Amino acid sequence: MTLASVVAMAMFVGVVVYALFAGADFGSGFYDLTAGFDERGSEIRTLVDSSIGPVWEANHVWLIYILVMWWTGFPTTFAAATTTLFIPLLLALAGIVLRGATFAFRKYSETFAQARLFGAIFAASSVITPFFLGAAAGAIASGRVPAGGYGDLIGSWINPTSMVGGCLAATTCVFLAGVFLTADAARAGSTALAERLRIRTLAIGVATGVVVFAGLYPVAHDAPTLSHGLRTAASPLLALAAVAGAATLALLYRRKYSPARVSAVVAVGSVVTGWGVGQYPWLLVDQVTINDAAGADSTLVGLLIVVGLAGVIVLPALTYLFRLTQQWNRA
Amino acid sequence: MGLGDTFLALASEAGPPGLFPARQQMAVSLGWHIVLACFGVAFPTVIYVMHRRGIVRDDPVALGLAKRWGKVSAVLFAIGAVSGTVLSFEMGLLWPGLMGRFGDVLGLPFAFEGLSFFVEAIFLGIYLYGWDRMPPRRHLAMLIPMGVAGIVGTFCVVSVNAWMNHPAGFAIRDGVVTDINPWRAMFNDGVWFQFLHMWLAAFMVVGLVVSGVYAAGLLRGRTDSHHRLGFTVPFVFGSVAAIAQPIVGHILGMRIADTQPAKLAAFELAETTEGPAPFRLGGLLIDGEVRWALEIPRLGSIIARNSLDRPVPGLDTAPASDWPPVNITHLSFQSMVVIGTLLAAGVVVFWLLRWRGIDLLNNRWFLRFSMIAGPLAILAVELGWVATEVGRQPWTVWQILRTNDAASTNPGLWWSYLGVLVIYLGMTIGAYVVLRSMAKRWRTGETDLPSPYGPPKEETVS
Repeated sequence: MTLASVVAMAMFVGVVVYALFAGADFGSGFYDLTAGFDERGSEIRTLVDSSIGPVWEANHVWLIYILVMWWTGFPTTFAAATTTLFIPLLLALAGIVLRGATFAFRKYSETFAQARLFGAIFAASSVITPFFLGAAAGAIASGRVPAGGYGDLIGSWINPTSMVGGCLAATTCVFLAGVFLTADAARAGSTALAERLRIRTLAIGVATGVVVFAGLYPVAHDAPTLSHGLRTAASPLLALAAVAGAATLALLYRRKYSPARVSAVVAVGSVVTGWGVGQYPWLLVDQVTINDAAGADSTLVGLLIVVGLAGVIVLPALTYLFRLTQQWNRA
Repeated sequence: MGLGDTFLALASEAGPPGLFPARQQMAVSLGWHIVLACFGVAFPTVIYVMHRRGIVRDDPVALGLAKRWGKVSAVLFAIGAVSGTVLSFEMGLLWPGLMGRFGDVLGLPFAFEGLSFFVEAIFLGIYLYGWDRMPPRRHLAMLIPMGVAGIVGTFCVVSVNAWMNHPAGFAIRDGVVTDINPWRAMFNDGVWFQFLHMWLAAFMVVGLVVSGVYAAGLLRGRTDSHHRLGFTVPFVFGSVAAIAQPIVGHILGMRIADTQPAKLAAFELAETTEGPAPFRLGGLLIDGEVRWALEIPRLGSIIARNSLDRPVPGLDTAPASDWPPVNITHLSFQSMVVIGTLLAAGVVVFWLLRWRGIDLLNNRWFLRFSMIAGPLAILAVELGWVATEVGRQPWTVWQILRTNDAASTNPGLWWSYLGVLVIYLGMTIGAYVVLRSMAKRWRTGETDLPSPYGPPKEETVS
């Protein structure tokens, strides 16, 4: 195991955590968007507000962590990706900006008209952002980001693997959010709301499973290197994802919301990790390996020190925040 | 903002197609973010003092102010978090030539900054939602990590900028960047005073903007303890920062003669090296001639070199291809200095008179002054960044990497620039509407601001 691989793994941990927690925050936008007009939808929107309100900024920081690790640890590949994936990254960025700003604005809106405007932008941008991030990931995974950068501005992210990546990101976010929101509603004692969310989450869970596993077919033709990895090294993870996904649906069906959250996290986490394992040892598939992309060793050591500090400083604080919000939501 | 001038002057420069929109987009998004970053850095400390007063003295007015400021900071931090994310992406989208080549040299401070941003985001969440849900003392303590994170974060971000001014921690052999030591890059020669300069600026901005809001209330005759306290606490912070700032700025300025003579020449509008050098107030360099400047003999040497006759380097020390856009640099720099001096003088007068028993809070002209002091402080920050960034041109990394080579050559940059303008305009309007409406509702006696989607019953926090 090289120093570069360790740093890449530390970076990828950020990708997984971002996909899970920020993903759930993004996904809740879908329920907000489809909650219905004004009073009818106010119950779900209030739930979304209280569920993601205290945590979304902290969850969002994982993205900054990923970017910083990337450009510091593997600088040339970062420049290659930003010059090639200019459009999807810009669109994701626009979504991130609009989501965060309008979520805060909506909270303090004076009138329904204002809240409706901000809320619609919040919810719509929450839904589209994961798609573009997933499409960008698909571009990297299918070998469409050339090592020297400035690849095809359009074709790099409009292709089968990117579309699978985009849809996969969007649906897993919505699925996770559904499981979390259902559990939050049940904990808060809103049984009727939990029931409504449960039905929708079950439907979305099935759809997500279809996207994940049907998506393997176009990927097999479009991204042979990734596909080979998925069929070999990553296959146990895909099996785990299938089992955990099915377990989540069963638990939801039987109204066991708390364990359903765990299995949902395992399912989505395995899918994302499966992608990482599937494309190892490439950083940009078919172009640059992790070892070749790595920056100076002294810098990699510095990054690992930061990661260690994050483990000591950030993780306990983050756990504290999550524990407090769970307590508060129950009250 | 000074950005308009930048626009005009840079438009005439030759370079790759991405250079101009990349620069403008960076200027707009950085200029916008820096205001919110100031609040992220300094506001928690100001709130801490107010909140602590409320608990220690059992003062409901102070507690009420701290609670309101917490809500305002929630809005500002949210849009600050996303506009900071924009900058992270832009490092790669706009400046691949910088990040691809020097990412592992300059990146480490960004990693530490990410860490402190994490801490700030986590404790902000706890603080905002902790009202009435945590023991008061522990709840108050949640602000401390935020204040510390503000210091560390400022240091780290400014460290990268200082590195661009004082490149260190690497060598270039045959065009290849080697011998990388990211710690030496992070703790480069310029970082300490540049950090101090920006950290004080954050307290000037927040202290003077917030006190200005209450000065406006006082001017309208709302002379209750709420407004007086709301003015005084942030004003103390703003005052200390405003008085210390010229000293730090002066020390910083004296170093430029050695480190970036062309920038100093532009600051001072000095065509040729002169000693003793005069100080040129205002003026423009037109066709190689200084026009309309007010010259004060020897003062230039005194200010820039701390000496009666040491020479101030002129533009003749660098080839014309290495000159920054002189007029923007000169005017931004001097406007910043004039504003800073004015603000420092204003707060000194206030405290001197107060010491002699005269309270300027009853003086309408002083209240008007403190209403514009906040916007002036913001303007000074913007001008300062324009001066130091435009003054470093044509270099992105001083004498190592030209901005031409750092910028993306992507043809889509005009579109992204346009998008940034539209979205930032929208966010500015949104923030203005929401903050105004919060202030209005507070004034009419609504202590609690539930969202329209909020539950009908009391929702004390959000």
